[in-house]
Amino acid sequence: MESNLHIGKSVVVEMIASVENTSEERCGFLFGNATNSRIITSIMSTPNISTEDKRRHFAIDPLKYLHAEGYASHNNLELLGIFHSHPNERAVPSETDRKAAQPFLSYVILSVLQAKFSAIRSWRLNHDRLFEEEVIIQY
Amino acid sequence: MAIVFIPTPLRKFTGNTSKLDISGHTVREVIDTLSSNFPELKRHLLNADGRIPSFINVFVNDDDIRNLQQEQTPVEGKTIVSIVPAIAGGSK
Repeated sequence: MESNLHIGKSVVVEMIASVENTSEERCGFLFGNATNSRIITSIMSTPNISTEDKRRHFAIDPLKYLHAEGYASHNNLELLGIFHSHPNERAVPSETDRKAAQPFLSYVILSVLQAKFSAIRSWRLNHDRLFEEEVIIQY
Repeated sequence: MAIVFIPTPLRKFTGNTSKLDISGHTVREVIDTLSSNFPELKRHLLNADGRIPSFINVFVNDDDIRNLQQEQTPVEGKTIVSIVPAIAGGSK
């Protein structure tokens, strides 16, 4: 499996800004292209609509998902992944994350400690539905 | 007949096609035909009991079939049936 995920530095900054200063999980979509390398060029933040404790769970409105697919199509981009934050936890997927994960998509997780960004890592399901880490290359 | 929208994560099972004309008079018939035409897609659309799993949402035009007639929701030629993966997770 391809093991690198290229993300623009300004995109990382935008992601960090969207997940800091809150004790709740934040989330959104990742767009770019994957013709050769997998490159993330933009994001779209979206509300966390989880009905569980938002400090430990996130969910995205299905209509927002359809909107994101339409946005990608109209802008000649691909919907390549999802980002979400783990407040006061490591940037490592939980079993909850794994069970809900979709194939193909990159899952970028940002660890946020005391409401401040701490770490960013990316993961993708393999054929056995286990997460393998992608190396994030900021450009 | 309906136009079925395939989400990005599942397109590798449909030859990278995002929209397909699929025969059927109900959502259930459309899903069954889709699963028959693309066998690798089936395990992502139906669970072991043959039901649409909770982590897959199905929309008919802009409405979740859970708010319509569920799998028996009727479809017509211009109906857009969207397969929408549930995006969720969390640190615990």
